[in-house]
Amino acid sequence: MEASLKQLREEFQYDKTNNCVQCGYCLPVCPTYSTFGKETHSPRGRINLVKMVGEGKITDLSLLEEPFDLCLGCRACETACPTGVEYGSLLEATRAALVKRKTFSIPVRLLRKSLLKKVFPSRKMMNVTGHSIWLYEKSGLQKAARKSGIMKTLPYNLGAFESIMPVPVSPVERGRALTEMKAKLKRKYTVAFFTGCIMDAMFHRINQLSIKLLSEAGCDVVVVPKQTCCGALHAHSGEIDEARNLAKQNILAFEKMAADFVVNNAGGCGAMLYEYGHLLSDESEWADRAAAFSAKSKDISQILVECGLPELRVRAGERVTYQRSCHMTNVQKVKQEPIKLLKQVPGIHFIEMDQAEMCCGSAGIYNIVNYDASMLILDEKMMHTKATEAAVIITTNPGCLLQMKLGIEREGLTESMRALHLIEYLAEAAGII
Amino acid sequence: MKVVISNHTQEIEAIIKTGRVLTNESDRFSYSFDASFGTYLPDLVVQTKSTEELVSLVKFANREKIPLYPRGQATSLSGGPLSVKGGIILDLSVMNDVLEIHEEDLVAVVSPGVLTANIHKAAEEKGFMYPPDPSSSHVSTIGGNLAENSGGPRGLKYGVTKDYVIGLEVITPEGELINTGGRTVKNVTGYDLTKLIVGSEGTLGIITKAVLRLIPKPKATATMMVIFDSLVDAGRAISKILSAGIFPSKMELMDQASIVAVEQFEPLGLPVDAAALILIEMDGHPLALQEEVSQAAELCRTVGARDVRIPKDKAEEAELWRARKLVSPAIVRIKPTKISEDATVPRSKIPEMCERLQEIRDKYGVHLVVFGHAGDGNLHPNIICDKTDHEEMSRVELAVSEIFTAAIELGGTLSGEHGIGIMKAPFMEMELGAAGLDMMKRIKDVWDPNNIMNPGKIFPEPGQKMELS
Repeated sequence: MEASLKQLREEFQYDKTNNCVQCGYCLPVCPTYSTFGKETHSPRGRINLVKMVGEGKITDLSLLEEPFDLCLGCRACETACPTGVEYGSLLEATRAALVKRKTFSIPVRLLRKSLLKKVFPSRKMMNVTGHSIWLYEKSGLQKAARKSGIMKTLPYNLGAFESIMPVPVSPVERGRALTEMKAKLKRKYTVAFFTGCIMDAMFHRINQLSIKLLSEAGCDVVVVPKQTCCGALHAHSGEIDEARNLAKQNILAFEKMAADFVVNNAGGCGAMLYEYGHLLSDESEWADRAAAFSAKSKDISQILVECGLPELRVRAGERVTYQRSCHMTNVQKVKQEPIKLLKQVPGIHFIEMDQAEMCCGSAGIYNIVNYDASMLILDEKMMHTKATEAAVIITTNPGCLLQMKLGIEREGLTESMRALHLIEYLAEAAGII
Repeated sequence: MKVVISNHTQEIEAIIKTGRVLTNESDRFSYSFDASFGTYLPDLVVQTKSTEELVSLVKFANREKIPLYPRGQATSLSGGPLSVKGGIILDLSVMNDVLEIHEEDLVAVVSPGVLTANIHKAAEEKGFMYPPDPSSSHVSTIGGNLAENSGGPRGLKYGVTKDYVIGLEVITPEGELINTGGRTVKNVTGYDLTKLIVGSEGTLGIITKAVLRLIPKPKATATMMVIFDSLVDAGRAISKILSAGIFPSKMELMDQASIVAVEQFEPLGLPVDAAALILIEMDGHPLALQEEVSQAAELCRTVGARDVRIPKDKAEEAELWRARKLVSPAIVRIKPTKISEDATVPRSKIPEMCERLQEIRDKYGVHLVVFGHAGDGNLHPNIICDKTDHEEMSRVELAVSEIFTAAIELGGTLSGEHGIGIMKAPFMEMELGAAGLDMMKRIKDVWDPNNIMNPGKIFPEPGQKMELS
């Protein structure tokens, strides 16, 4: 075999494609196949493209770019796959191999470099982001911008997201963030809270509520100071080395704390933390430590089910539906816990939407870089959401939360429907503010 | 070989006004495969919901002699939708908008892209059942099921796809839109073209609509698992139950290799030292079921069953069926390539076929696993191998061809439900004889004088051999 073909096979993890028997069981669960209506945007189709590269039948690698760019990475196909194809690994390897060869246009390069390498991993930068959002609203700039129509001229349709920004947190309030909290009654566990980067910048209040709710449920909670971004957005964009660096920083930061669990409230981050063991399995110095870290990593809903919720107030007749976080479902395999918690809220009417397990189209920064595709997927999701006539859509990940807020806004339903993080809803019902 | 030139493409784009014509290389590669072997690059892919546009396209293709390949969602295990001679793939999965249940006529009217599982669901919502249940029914389209005459576990009691089709709308290879059959169960007006089209593997035309027969949904089901110390005894038990006048809706066999594979994959508490087990499902009136279950259990014991397990509740029942569902995923963990055969024998020959399969396994030293819809003689001998190992694959080729010979010698057939496609074409004459095969070929020639409709399928090319290595 030619040396170059051998190298391509390694880079694209060609061996893994042989587990795919092309049965098509992934087709009905794939949001992009459903929305774009062709095999090119199906898991089986993408795996076949990699297979063709490995067999030397495709030499123009740019053929893979669009199909792999438009994959949401929701990994619903892995759950549906009867033969255990490691689609997530294939996706990351392929993206990394494509990124290595691709010259991005200047704006994309800047976005990748600034957001992925400088902003998300830096607590300071993320705080600045949080402050900026606050300043933007408080200074009157938001009003002015909305009036001027300047939002429509922002690149990547960022204007569309402007109106769904969460209520901002002032720098003073941010400065008072909880760093630890004792269990309210009897202590059951000591947990280290993983704040996440986007979660903390945009949904600081949900993090604070999470800590309070954990304490009510019987956990001593500690916020480990030197933690950083989980690296999920890097791994999904083909920046594997950067993802590994961040994983190591987090392992170092959390290892010092003898906590029973590392608890997060963001499905996407949680999935990345859950996969550190896999991410660092090739590095002998880190493999065991990463696996130990992953074993301790839990979604907050798992801990709350285990510890029990405080008393909740009756919310008579409120119709509630749940938009799952794909990575929580398909990677962490945390499926029942959020529903169990919701069903403990007295009086609510819980309704599953059709195609409940389909992605909402948020998928990390997918809705920014693939805005049009993401909106098509969102429209389909909103069709099923509307049919439930729910007043509340529960989410368990910041990306999904923003996307569902955007969906409500696009459908003109802001008066009758709201999107909330599970924790916000539970905290509201528990009277925690 | 590229048979579509750029002038053609322009004309095709003019014909397909409401649909899409995919010409990108990434799109073409994405329609170059199915769930069997090999990749064959089509020149282009057409998607349209419009029957009129398809009619025009077929007329055009017939004039220009461009091959056409109808395709559903490509779950075919025999190469049905592969574009082996180049040309145009017709992605009919997009024609998914007609699914009507006509309660008073007990029929469903469907367009070819509707998923089979959606027909099941729609029928059950109205208290009916559409019995054919291929295990891929949540992915496979009814168009593909019709073309391949798909079966499934319930074939044992209820028959296969062709037993439930009473009318079709078909575009002939010359571009005429015809209707066959109708909406009545009884219909003897002329030749039964409906049955000819069903199972013709897309070689005689494009099905654009179908009228399916529905039956009342049985009131209840009951499940039992029977464990054996010998595979041949398991085969005997199946014959014994059927000849005693009990008609289960499903009888699924798992041999020792598949039991062990499932237990290693996911421990369910199956007896790994057993030689075989049978899962039986009965359906009907709850009172009749009770009696039939105990009678069947007794019969199994008389032929030497080691144990009979009857689940206490629906959850336990689901657990038992889970074991059967896990066979396929479990066995491919052993080696990546799965050659799934579906040679079928008369029910009375099931024990003998089991013996022959064990001999073939030992003779060629292949990893042969037997499981499947044993009750209708449709055993699924699967050979688990590694397609990159050429030496192994040449042994597999020999073993497969001997499986075919065994089935035919026992009065059975090459294929119970997967279809002939390209892989089994070389064995057609062995089953049909030269004159029988020629008769089929002559029908094909009359329907499709320019051989544009799914060419390269069913009929062997001169000197064609099965190739796996």
